[in-house]
Amino acid sequence: MTDAPLVQLKNIGKEFANGVVALEELNLTIHAGEFLSLLGPSGCGKSTALRLIADLSTPTQGQIEWHQGHDARQTLGFVFQDSTLMPWTSVYNNVWLPLRLAGVSRSQADYRIHEVLDLVGLRAFESAYPGELSGGMKMRASIARALIQRPQLLLMDEPFAALDEITRLKLNNDLLQLKAELAMTIVFVTHSVYESVYLSNRIAVFTSRPGRIVRLIDIDAPYPRDLSFRHSELYAKSCQDASEALQSAMSEQDHL
Amino acid sequence: MARATPPSRAQRFYALARDWLIHSALPLLVFLASLAVWEGLVWVKSIPPYLLPAPSRIATTLIADWDTLSASLYVTLRITFAALFAAMFGGVGLAIVFTQWKWAERSFFPFAVILQVTPIVAIAPLLLVYLDSTLAVLTCAFLVAFFPILSNTALGLASADRHLVDLFQLYRASRWQQLIWLRLPAALPYFLGGLRIGGGLALIGAIVAEIAAGSAGQGAGLAFRIVESGYRLNIPRMFAALVLISITGILIFLFFTLLSHLLLGRWHESARKTES
Repeated sequence: MTDAPLVQLKNIGKEFANGVVALEELNLTIHAGEFLSLLGPSGCGKSTALRLIADLSTPTQGQIEWHQGHDARQTLGFVFQDSTLMPWTSVYNNVWLPLRLAGVSRSQADYRIHEVLDLVGLRAFESAYPGELSGGMKMRASIARALIQRPQLLLMDEPFAALDEITRLKLNNDLLQLKAELAMTIVFVTHSVYESVYLSNRIAVFTSRPGRIVRLIDIDAPYPRDLSFRHSELYAKSCQDASEALQSAMSEQDHL
Repeated sequence: MARATPPSRAQRFYALARDWLIHSALPLLVFLASLAVWEGLVWVKSIPPYLLPAPSRIATTLIADWDTLSASLYVTLRITFAALFAAMFGGVGLAIVFTQWKWAERSFFPFAVILQVTPIVAIAPLLLVYLDSTLAVLTCAFLVAFFPILSNTALGLASADRHLVDLFQLYRASRWQQLIWLRLPAALPYFLGGLRIGGGLALIGAIVAEIAAGSAGQGAGLAFRIVESGYRLNIPRMFAALVLISITGILIFLFFTLLSHLLLGRWHESARKTES
């Protein structure tokens, strides 16, 4: 892991057309190779921050600075909360989509598609339609699609929030393994303290109205992480820290 | 709670037979029974055929007059399908134009609404002044079939999943890529719904316009046969023509229902079988 900044959010503000201020004076540096979680209550602007990084929305104030060339920005992967697959076509075609839009033919893309389907363990389901898959498998297909362009930076917006606990734990482990294999930077939006602690190097705790970061917590546990990390003191302490930061952020909000 | 065991062969056969009975045999039986009651009533009360012909009499008329009736059926079918095809291409084309250019929607949607809300029977005589009768009938059928296809397709094109739209934006899809890979497939179920309504309406439009036009000779469709038979008090033939129109309507409906199932069967909720 390096400490070189990959992308910097400087003094970011976002006010929607209806006057709602989603973010105010947000400063955040994302380092190459890290696993950063954005943790906060619903409506605190963490998803908005992610959309700004993905250029799906433009900030009303401040700048987003990209370092290390434009590669990371061009190949950016995004995973939405619901799997957001096209229901009318197969898993294969869904995964092909980003390359297809870039003009890569089926035969040129075929090897790569099978590679990412292997990575997420969906090779056997390439011709299945999304409606025929379970929630966890749909999310895997969605991750495969995000990985097809070999992203340096993967943005994930509460990807596992709608899944059952067992599937979620399994996908957490698989995601860490993928990150290790592909050496990606991941920015992960979640409202689960446990999930953020288990996965991340660093947690940015958000407060809402207007959204800003109240605390940055480092999780100094080495990867690979497994069940023993979940039972460790560091895990318990980190969860406590993150919970307290979240609590105080929310009570501060109540006083306003 | 009882443990679920896979059904035995006999049980499955029984279930299939019961399904068939409820879904196919029962409606057929009720239909045949009502025909029998009709037939019986005509015989028992000795109702003359110029008031109410028995189903058997309608059937024999259908066979005896087949040459005349089939020629008329062909005329009506040709107009219905020509109108439907024109409405399909016009409706989808205009819906695409509307979604790609908002100003086009603003400018032309009112015309579509005006044509839709004005009763076709009221427009038909006017069209007959300007156009020859076949073209006027075709135009009427087109006008009624056009609107449901246009509005349904436009609705479908506009209701693509918000997150999928984001995804296409993320991957820098052009407007046309977004249209072809995202909006058109997303609109397909809506379009097929519009087509099912439009198919029925095209037939109704053709019939109504034909009655208004009252054209004879070469261009005489089924509606004209009904009017003509009414003048001649040939009531069995009137019924025979009516039966042909009904069957045509049913076949059009069944065709588009089948088409929906074939095209949407694997992915859309409307066509997927419930899991049980």
